[in-house]
Amino acid sequence: MKLKFGKINIKDIQFGQETNVKNGLLTVNKKELISLLQEDDRIKEIKVDIARPGEKVRIIPVKDVIEPRVKIEGDAQGFPGVTNKMGKVGYGQTNILKGAAVVTIGSIVGFQEGIIDMWGEGAKYTPFSKKYNLVVDITPVDGLQEHDHEEAVRLAGLKSSLYVGEAGRDVEADEVVVFENESIAEKIEKYPDLPRVVYLEMIIAQGLLHDVYIYGVDAKKTLPTAMNPNEVIDGALVSGNCVAACDKITTYQHQNNSVIMDLYDKHGKEINFLGVVITPETTTFEGKIRSCNHATNLAKLMGAEGVIISEEGYGNPDSDLVQNCKLLEEEGIKTVLITDECAGRDGLSQSLADAVPEAKAVVTTGNVSHLIKIPPADKVLGNPEAVANVAGGFDGSLAEDGSISCELNAIIGATAEIGYHNVTTKMY
Amino acid sequence: MSDKFKVVYYLNQFFGQIGGEDKAGIEPFSKDEAIGPAGGFDNLIGDKGEVVATVICGDNYFNENTDAVNTVLDMIKEYNPDLVIAGPAFNAGRYGVACAEVSKAVADELNIAVITAMYHENPAVDSCKKVAYIVETSDSAAGMRDALPRMAVIAKKLAADEPLGLPEEEGYIPQGRRVTLFSDKKGSTRAVEMLLARLNDEEFETELPMPDFDFVDPADPVDLSEATIALVTTGGVVPKGNPDRIESASASKYRSYSAKDLHDFEQVDFITIHGGYDPVYVNEDYNRVIPFDILKQKEDKEIIGKVYEKFYTTTGTGTAVGNAEEFGKEIGKELSENGVDAVILTST
Repeated sequence: MKLKFGKINIKDIQFGQETNVKNGLLTVNKKELISLLQEDDRIKEIKVDIARPGEKVRIIPVKDVIEPRVKIEGDAQGFPGVTNKMGKVGYGQTNILKGAAVVTIGSIVGFQEGIIDMWGEGAKYTPFSKKYNLVVDITPVDGLQEHDHEEAVRLAGLKSSLYVGEAGRDVEADEVVVFENESIAEKIEKYPDLPRVVYLEMIIAQGLLHDVYIYGVDAKKTLPTAMNPNEVIDGALVSGNCVAACDKITTYQHQNNSVIMDLYDKHGKEINFLGVVITPETTTFEGKIRSCNHATNLAKLMGAEGVIISEEGYGNPDSDLVQNCKLLEEEGIKTVLITDECAGRDGLSQSLADAVPEAKAVVTTGNVSHLIKIPPADKVLGNPEAVANVAGGFDGSLAEDGSISCELNAIIGATAEIGYHNVTTKMY
Repeated sequence: MSDKFKVVYYLNQFFGQIGGEDKAGIEPFSKDEAIGPAGGFDNLIGDKGEVVATVICGDNYFNENTDAVNTVLDMIKEYNPDLVIAGPAFNAGRYGVACAEVSKAVADELNIAVITAMYHENPAVDSCKKVAYIVETSDSAAGMRDALPRMAVIAKKLAADEPLGLPEEEGYIPQGRRVTLFSDKKGSTRAVEMLLARLNDEEFETELPMPDFDFVDPADPVDLSEATIALVTTGGVVPKGNPDRIESASASKYRSYSAKDLHDFEQVDFITIHGGYDPVYVNEDYNRVIPFDILKQKEDKEIIGKVYEKFYTTTGTGTAVGNAEEFGKEIGKELSENGVDAVILTST
């Protein structure tokens, strides 16, 4: 059984009486969406806005970005184990409002995350500046405990994406993309001469605002998990990670994982893409050893000759990254790593917190401390003062005229280590 | 006022046309003209700039007199140049050191651009490559003809505030500076291409060579019962409201706060502003990151001599190693000056 993505191209977004898609125009019934989200009694207030590419709009502090989708053929709806009852994903047909995105904003605990500028200098650094964004600002009831607050915000974003996605149920897709769904044995029989490749996706598993969920299971409680790539891109993974903005993998990026898409592109032609291993980056030394050993075992068991390893976050996950590399290389499996760098504002500091000589093939997605200046916006959705508390912001970040100086750290998706964007670093 | 950028050129006794090894003890002096390679360089920058002076010093004199670099710097300063050039030193040891020291002094004190040139194995390269552009030369003076034009091109670009190209394009030794820019392909595509190259045993080039790590030898053990112990954390614990605005990530500063207050649980409200871990539990009880409660117990039981009255704090996540090294040196100095014998570092 295969997975089909029915892509409905969205060319504009507006508010209206009924939520629907007509000729590429997405109309959203704001009132209906707000009342749906307010069914959660942890939420005090919801504001919904629109941000289009090119508008002088700044969105801050962003929590997650999600692609609006609807399952029109298959077993499970939505994000099984999180928004919907448990079921199978990764096959059937999913219709996608391509070009639209739900962006959640709102302050949770001390530090805040993430800027999306829809125009100008800032727009270059985030892929979400090119989307028609439905921006959902979530205020919780007073005194809500932080972990509950985070969950309420996360669910509100996911539910919004499903509410909007539903508009694509009966719309004919502009394009249908097919992802085959074969066993490893079948793949090897079909492409006996192509090099066998596994994708090792590291996900952060470190507590509040640093969590990821697999079918609703908190990744902190998981071992490395072998998956069909189709599951990953069809709703099995949900982000609960907000830090740092630049290299968190948003739910949108799980749904559109660029390493998976690029491996699929070469599959059956130049490589044999066997599957994905999702591995948690834990906080403990024991946990790191467990994850890295087991992830390596799985890749070997699957028959990998080459592995792409992508990281999420920086700092202690650098240890997981290079340890995965070392163990795989020791098994004779060739690796390519994707990471970003903490090279300091002057770019002169060493880039990683850990290193091994085996890591000789590395792709870099940029220096998180690279300083940019972004001009004042005509309209700010959210809270511009949050920038001082954003990872990558600092005291004095926000100038009186509304312009912001910040590190790439603060820009959602700027250095995503699944290689989703085109920022990089070169040695000068 | 001339539009030309002003250059002061540094040479040793040999290239300064004073003489060979027998003149290596000569004291620094300056001349209002472009001598030797400085003349060649002056021609190459054409009407864009001008070598206004050459400063010459004997290699032995420079290496044997610690004050020589200051004398040279003072001479350079007098001309108020826009740019300083030193060398090429090729593979010459003493001349390389002189060029490197002059480069560093100029960069630090005058804060203007400095270009030198050396053979890549010249031991002086490492000490100045971060502050100077070092044009890579051959190992002997035969490389002069190649080096000067490249130095001139870089000089003209720097003077005009034009961005320099990659080290391999411009011919200088990489400074180790990671510059963020845009690629024509997204990262995942580059990764798949790199893996294909590896699988097909083709050439590939990593985008990030692994850094060399410093290893620090642990200090000698202390006698705990006598020792004054301080707490230093990268866990971002600060007084509520974060009065000193320490960053949530990529910290540019550290602070110290009085630990005396911490013994009075009712009075203080410490939180973490660290952006890299779940803050809920340390916000409930800061002792989870700065364990004063346990230390205080140990002090009361005379297991340790004393708990130092202040703790030092910054944010570890995303903080550049360059910043961290500076913080560490300053904190270590302050603590050691205040009689602290040992430190417990808590990370998160």
